Amino acid sequence: MSLELVCPAGSLPALKVAVDNGADCVYIGFRDNTNARAFAGLNFDLPATNEAVRYAHARGKKVLLALNTFPQTSTWQRWQEAVDNAAEAGVDAIILADAGLMRYASRTYPKLRLHLSVQGSATNYEAINFYHEHFGIQRAVLPRVLSLPQVEKLVKSTPVEIELFGFGGLCVMVEGRCVLSSYVTGESPNTAGVCSPAKAVRWQQTPQGLESRLGGILLDRYSADENAGYPTLCKGRFDVNGETYYAIEEPASLNTLELIPEMMRMGISAVKIEGRQRSPVYVEQVTKVWRAAIDSATKNAESYTVNPAWMTQLNKLAEGQQNTLGAYHRPWK
Amino acid sequence: MKLSLGPILYYWQRDFLFQFYEQIAASPVDIVYLGEAVCSKRHTFRFEDWLTVAKKLAESGKEVVLSTQALIESESDLQTLRRLAENGTFAVETNDMGAVRLMSGKKFVVGPHINTYNPHTLGLLAGLGAKRWVMPVEMSRAKLSDILAEKPQGMETEVFAYGRLPLAFSARCFTARHYNLPKDDCQFRCLEHPVGLTLKTRDGKPFLALNGIQTQSSSIYNLLAELDNMKQVGVDVVRVSPQPLHTVEILSLFRQRLDGTLTGAEAGQQLERLMTDEPCDGYWYAKAGIEQIEVVC
Repeated sequence: MSLELVCPAGSLPALKVAVDNGADCVYIGFRDNTNARAFAGLNFDLPATNEAVRYAHARGKKVLLALNTFPQTSTWQRWQEAVDNAAEAGVDAIILADAGLMRYASRTYPKLRLHLSVQGSATNYEAINFYHEHFGIQRAVLPRVLSLPQVEKLVKSTPVEIELFGFGGLCVMVEGRCVLSSYVTGESPNTAGVCSPAKAVRWQQTPQGLESRLGGILLDRYSADENAGYPTLCKGRFDVNGETYYAIEEPASLNTLELIPEMMRMGISAVKIEGRQRSPVYVEQVTKVWRAAIDSATKNAESYTVNPAWMTQLNKLAEGQQNTLGAYHRPWK
Repeated sequence: MKLSLGPILYYWQRDFLFQFYEQIAASPVDIVYLGEAVCSKRHTFRFEDWLTVAKKLAESGKEVVLSTQALIESESDLQTLRRLAENGTFAVETNDMGAVRLMSGKKFVVGPHINTYNPHTLGLLAGLGAKRWVMPVEMSRAKLSDILAEKPQGMETEVFAYGRLPLAFSARCFTARHYNLPKDDCQFRCLEHPVGLTLKTRDGKPFLALNGIQTQSSSIYNLLAELDNMKQVGVDVVRVSPQPLHTVEILSLFRQRLDGTLTGAEAGQQLERLMTDEPCDGYWYAKAGIEQIEVVC
């Protein structure tokens, strides 16, 4: 069974390089907070969406559209219109998190493919089958919290295709079930489509070192010889019982290149690259490496090995220049 | 409005749990949520123990609801879930859509960890049998008011009104990580931290509380001063989250405010003396959750 490569695009140039370099699907979002990467200057208006679909379809590739934040009572209409616009643009699937919106989409556009977003927090087959029974979802993206044996059992107990995260920023919390960002800034992925938003970030040079703050809360302090990373709330250094360390998560990237044959054997349908907020150069390079790796494993899973050049390439792009298998790998703690 | 006690979010010793619920049976609370909502490894109380306590509380006149875990990963988590769903006596608080699937057609409560942000989703859950919902902790009064203007008929609304806020769930156990132990061999170190393990910023300010796989606020969400506003908006139940000390006193203060036998100022002052951490109420005012907006008397 082939493993679909699902690549991110925050702009048309990024979508084009993803398609040109071997993505099977590219996922995008509209230019507002109907998706979980609602960053200024990023994402697609309607003409760009139409062009994205035209470009990808002309080359036999798919476009998926993320509508994966939770509509509020007063803003429901905009999310509903976003579903309408996506259907109109002819995207191949929409990626949803809110159950009410799924009901709307499945009733209004019964032929439109629905994917359950990672923000839908489905970590077991009963939850996935719930969405399948009620709204006919055809694929679910799993939160990055399950071990591979747990994923394997889940795949066997659902008719829904499973998509796993393969590379990019590592969310250590169950997506859709983390409001740390709104606790500090008032805005969370669920409601505002952002985590640790840039407008709440402050950098300040102090006698103790370079300090990063989010919403006024000190997330980390760097000495002159340390690389300072983007202050994502869960990736700061904190003090617990007198010990200062990455108490929640190191700034590392998920990289599961070595698991490709295992994913194929287990019947995983697609692997997702994180990073709609990243540049076209990132998209191009990650897509190239993953295309080569998947092709190599498809040709011969038995003899598949991770090419060191791939790792070198990906390490340059990784957050914090570190890699991890995250929860897929049981000893992770 | 009714007063509820949420599920215990921490890991406490068995004897203490029995004592705790004996006190609760005699306390002025209307509804008690029971069960392990955070981590399946916690086992000082087994399923049968929860049922024993549930029966005793029901005999004392309390409405009992059994809460499910929020993060359900393994087949054994699902087995526990099925036993809860099929208990036949008590309503269930669902904290995962898998639980909603198993409870469909039965009476259930939508827990705070189901993402219910609009009347369409709430209506869908009502259609499946939900009789009450607990709003997500990050929801503001204004947004709650918007939903309640279009809420399904007969649906009760509950608000998490006191306690450290449950903010996130993870695959990682942060308590085990603190002790440099693998999650699979955590040695049940949560037992040593009956209100979680406080995480401070590098400038020494309490920020979060590590509670196994759950991350909480270090500050205590406190909406005691908001009870009148809640009533106006249409809230039916206010929830106090259990803590090892002073839970009964805290419930009593909420009760007296609900009954109008204590002024807001008096209750606020008395509650302040029982608080072991800073208060916060920002979420209710559509601000950052950590903020304290209401001026404490």
